[in-house]
Amino acid sequence: MGKRTYEYIVRMERIRMAYGNVIALNDVSLTVGRDEIVGLIGDNGAGKSTLIKIMTGVVRPTGGELYIRDERIDLSHYSVRQAHNRRIETVYQEKSLGEKQPLWRNFFVGRQITNRFGFIDIKKQKAITNDVLKNQIGFRGAGVDADSPVQKLSGGERQGIAIGRAMYFDADLVVLDEPTVALAIKEVQKVLDFVRSIKQRGRACVYIEHNLAHVHELADRLVILDRGEISKIFHKGEVTLTELTRFLLDLQNDNAEVAV
Amino acid sequence: MQRISMSRVEGLPIIVVFVALIGCFIVAAPEVFLSLPIYFSFLTTVPPVLVLALGLTFVIAAGEIDLSFPSVIAFSGYLLAMLYRDHDMIWLAVLAAIAGGALIGLINGLIVAYIGVPSIITTLATQFFWGGITTVISGGTSYSLRTVDETSMWVVFVGKIGDFPAQALWAAGLAVLLWFIMNRHRFGEHVLFIGDNANVARVVGVNVARERVKLFTLMGTLAGFAAILLTLENRNFFNTQGQGYLLIALASVFIGGTSIFGGQATIVGTFFGAFIISMIEAGLTATGIQGFWVRAVVGLVFLAAVIFHLTMEQPQRRAKLARVFGIKPGK
Repeated sequence: MGKRTYEYIVRMERIRMAYGNVIALNDVSLTVGRDEIVGLIGDNGAGKSTLIKIMTGVVRPTGGELYIRDERIDLSHYSVRQAHNRRIETVYQEKSLGEKQPLWRNFFVGRQITNRFGFIDIKKQKAITNDVLKNQIGFRGAGVDADSPVQKLSGGERQGIAIGRAMYFDADLVVLDEPTVALAIKEVQKVLDFVRSIKQRGRACVYIEHNLAHVHELADRLVILDRGEISKIFHKGEVTLTELTRFLLDLQNDNAEVAV
Repeated sequence: MQRISMSRVEGLPIIVVFVALIGCFIVAAPEVFLSLPIYFSFLTTVPPVLVLALGLTFVIAAGEIDLSFPSVIAFSGYLLAMLYRDHDMIWLAVLAAIAGGALIGLINGLIVAYIGVPSIITTLATQFFWGGITTVISGGTSYSLRTVDETSMWVVFVGKIGDFPAQALWAAGLAVLLWFIMNRHRFGEHVLFIGDNANVARVVGVNVARERVKLFTLMGTLAGFAAILLTLENRNFFNTQGQGYLLIALASVFIGGTSIFGGQATIVGTFFGAFIISMIEAGLTATGIQGFWVRAVVGLVFLAAVIFHLTMEQPQRRAKLARVFGIKPGK
């Protein structure tokens, strides 16, 4: 694959998603540059999760177009596996690791190293997992190895594993869905460092976050979703944290008035 | 370098229970349990149970349940008996029995995976449906297959090698194969992740619906195979022949230590679980306890095993249980 000659890793055009009569996304267009951190902000039900699920092949939109590295994707055949093949990886909030399964299974599930009969090369998978744990994620002597089940890890470590997995598979785009929810402060810092490291490696990131301080600090561009539509886009430095908070509060108040 | 601890030997607690149980029966009924015939008898009666329990281990590992297999045993048994007796078919009859089971499993899987009906409801309904169909098409009568032991299929599936029953080899072979599928194959891993958390499985790229269809088809196929072993061994088909297997096949899996919450499974545990449950049945009878008590004891053992594994798996449940019974957890 040519070395990043594209302008946008992902370009979504007029994406529409309806669940029966309920419109979750109404003609949303969004681009993600090749080493850009895009922060997605919005209330519950604004459509953030749906948007990234479409981007990563988990759900199929009702309408619209998706381009990856400027190439149009056939949405009727787009899947998580295809997204993986195009080096788009997702880290879902508490939801991208099988808790009872050991790390070596979690690392490779969905793209196991197998022989042609589908039997897994466990030795190789364990060796790679241990190597990534030690050399990329930096779990040194913490009693965590490829055989540890996920449920033994702290919340921050879990996100670290999920992000490390994305990096190992050489993702050009890492999608993070609320990675710091329910984490202790120290753990949050670890996750934020991971996010920064994605950009440092010249990769892109779409970052959903409720904590405005975190997302304001990290994102190159803030995209505010409201009831299935993009209501505002801020570039880094265009808005202070206070102004951003004010903007979102006003948005909520407007919605409340509409509801009355 | 590799740490070897007791907990890493798969199914170790259940193996201990198995050995202890044999010890108990030897003490209680030495004349029976110190001679070989009883063990050969186990090797004829356990295989159908084991084959069913192996399939159920996958189903339960995926967080699902299958209650329809007793009717698969009836339906596939009928196909085998009817094609053999009325049409002189042998291997085609075997094929039809397996295909019949696979078809019922496939239909279960499609309903669960693509319509989204919970498996407990789907398979409860299909158990009644296929049981009813079998009764209707068989006319409710039984088929005696007295001459079936002269056929090659009888020798292959349930013949004797010396005193050793062939079905034990089939069941053992399947157990080994399915151990590898569960622990070493992509499909087994997908089953474990689906049982652990189906949403996680979906986002990491597992085709959850397709794997669920495969899962129920596998279960149906194995139930069809169990029907062959059972019908040939009995040299008889009757349309309620699967009914006794619902509890003992499920009990084998849970006694073995596979989690009722899915995401974790032990084929070794199931293997010994199937022997334990059958030994309890046979052993109680041999020690002179009246037949109708046996079912009660089996039910009790089943429940006790589930509660035991539940509390081992989840410390918070253990603490809650201790509170209920007024036992203070050690400070």
